[in-house]
Amino acid sequence: MSQLTAEAPLSSTAERAAVLSQPGAAPDNRWVIVTRGIQRHYDMGGEIVRALRGVDVAIARNEYVAIMGPSGSGKSTLMNILGCLDTPTSGEYWLNGTLVSKMSDDQLARIRNKEIGFVFQTFNLLPRATALHNVELPLVYAGIGAEERRERAREALASVQLEERMDHRPNELSGGQRQRVAIARALVNRPSILLADEPTGNLDSATSEEIMKVFEQLASSGQTVIMVTHEPDIAAHARRVVVLRDGLVATDDRREAFAERMQV
Amino acid sequence: MPFYEAIRLALAQIRVQKLKSFFTALGVTIGVMFLITVVSIVSGMGNYMKDELVGKLIALNSFELRQRPNINVGGVSDAERRSWRTRPPIFNYDIPPVAASLAAGTLWASYSQSGVNAESPWSTPRRVTAYGVSDQYFTIKRMDVALGRLPTPQEFALGSSVIVIGKDVQDHFFPNLNPLGRELRLAGQPYTVIGVAETQGSAFGISFDQFIVAPERSPLRRLLNPHGVVDALVVQSASESEIPDNEERVREVMRARHQLRPEQPDDFALQTSDSALAFWRKIQHYLVLAGVALPAIGLIVGAIVIMNIMLVAVAERTREIGIRKALGARRRDIMNQFLVESMTLAMLGAAVGVGLGFGFAKIISKATPLPAAIELWSVVVGVSVGAGVGIIAGVYPASRAALLDPIAALRQE
Ligand SMILES: Nc1ncnc2c1ncn2[C@@H]1O[C@H](COP(=O)(O)OP(=O)(O)OP(=O)(O)O)[C@@H](O)[C@H]1O
Ligand SMILES: [Mg+2]
Repeated sequence: MSQLTAEAPLSSTAERAAVLSQPGAAPDNRWVIVTRGIQRHYDMGGEIVRALRGVDVAIARNEYVAIMGPSGSGKSTLMNILGCLDTPTSGEYWLNGTLVSKMSDDQLARIRNKEIGFVFQTFNLLPRATALHNVELPLVYAGIGAEERRERAREALASVQLEERMDHRPNELSGGQRQRVAIARALVNRPSILLADEPTGNLDSATSEEIMKVFEQLASSGQTVIMVTHEPDIAAHARRVVVLRDGLVATDDRREAFAERMQV
Repeated sequence: MPFYEAIRLALAQIRVQKLKSFFTALGVTIGVMFLITVVSIVSGMGNYMKDELVGKLIALNSFELRQRPNINVGGVSDAERRSWRTRPPIFNYDIPPVAASLAAGTLWASYSQSGVNAESPWSTPRRVTAYGVSDQYFTIKRMDVALGRLPTPQEFALGSSVIVIGKDVQDHFFPNLNPLGRELRLAGQPYTVIGVAETQGSAFGISFDQFIVAPERSPLRRLLNPHGVVDALVVQSASESEIPDNEERVREVMRARHQLRPEQPDDFALQTSDSALAFWRKIQHYLVLAGVALPAIGLIVGAIVIMNIMLVAVAERTREIGIRKALGARRRDIMNQFLVESMTLAMLGAAVGVGLGFGFAKIISKATPLPAAIELWSVVVGVSVGAGVGIIAGVYPASRAALLDPIAALRQE
């Protein structure tokens, strides 16, 4: 377990309970994310799959949260909703004090562009584009001019120690380097949250540690981070662990409490 | 995403798949090529009609007052022709009041024309086209002499027996001779040659140099305008914009002289190069329509090919679309990306087609008697047609792409 000197401020269970118990009310601005009673149902030809059955989560600014749970518990479904790639069947999702659960497709696209950095298990880089161009993409859709785009993309790549590789295509990079490009891309538009769905799922343990170091740095510099993982030692990097089970929040606690429970 | 970014992206995409792009755009290329070829040939024929044929017969900025039109590039019904025959002719004495009504600075000349028998001691007799004209005729027709001189105002006033002859007339009646001062007998009347006109060229193999021009008051008038009937009054306005005004003045005077009631149509013709070309314009219209129908089939096939390939592209690039959407591309960004790609592809195809079409038209005009004119506007038309085809073909695939669900798209392998 990595030693942490500067623990990021955590929201307390009581504070979370308070903000979650006021349906319809806009949370104050210390909360980046508040979901109240989020449900997500899939209609599989008459049979309804209830992937999320009423998820209440509150995440304050600067928190570093891991989401765990067995396969099929709804982690990815929740992440997709938090990342505005999907909308809930019912329930409220407040992002930075705005209700995004009722927004149109194009409004969600704006939010994805400006507020959210998403890191995927499979990297999702454009295979034919260079690392630099991949990192520039969010800026293209933000309508930023070519010069500034290039400059900011270069900076973002430098922040993940990949400046020298910026002209390489994804297939010329290792898995860890690809994921770092993806992280640079997620951060280039300075989002208010970084979401990562099993960011180390396709990486060996050494490379995973390397990626976790990047996350660590981001979290200590004040970036709000939410990541999904199966692996307890990856989750251990976060300050807080939310466990989903059958589409519901099973536990939501400080990492230490989670670790104790795991040992029992 | 700004438009130029979309174009850059499209060009990059096309460059990656050069051969495939080439075959995709081939239909449009061929369609546009034929379109340009047809347009070039039709407009070449149009220029030919306008400049060579009608332009030779009707002078710049001028129109003619006639009993009936004499240049009919087809298209006159028998009934119309019959009604022309009952019209009153234009008489000598109609000319001064009409001429008096014209705007200041307008030139006019009356003239009559007929085939007459000509004889000279140096050759066999032959029929030539004889014109009896008033004094400004040469100025209006921009006819100058290559040899000798034009009749003087006095000769016009007196009706002297002097003639200016065409090049062919010189060659036939005065072989290897200086014709100036020599005699040519026209319908038995002796005339003195005072000038040889500059050559007028030919159209459709008919020479315009087989004529003689004499003052209208000269003895030939008994043959050219019997009973004081004049074939035509040619009116040349000082500028193109004055033509309608002068036409109106002539019309008014003539209607008054013929005592026409307001509801009666004109019983005379005001023939402009436009009116002479009206029928050609109609043919041209049909030629263009027919000429466009064929390439249109090519373009439709081209559009279907592009649409298919774009649908395949959308299917192949579903994951890319998902990635772009996840990073903030809106529906219209994705829509534009694919529309611009399909448009750029078709436009490149069309541009190649324009080039090939010009080449093809050139070859045809070289190898056949068909003329061809390269019209710059057809470049614009060709490329725009290409763009249009690309956009039409791209709408469905692009909207399929735009409406993709980001998560489903990202999940695609
Ligand atoms: N598009 C879909 N259509 C139908 N059912 C779906 C869809 N996406 C997810 N599900 C179902 O919803 C439930 C939750 O899926 P989800 O992908 O969120 O699980 P997860 O916790 O991310 O699992 P894993 O750890 O395996 O990634 C599963 O039962 C899954 O089958
Ligand atoms: Mg998952």
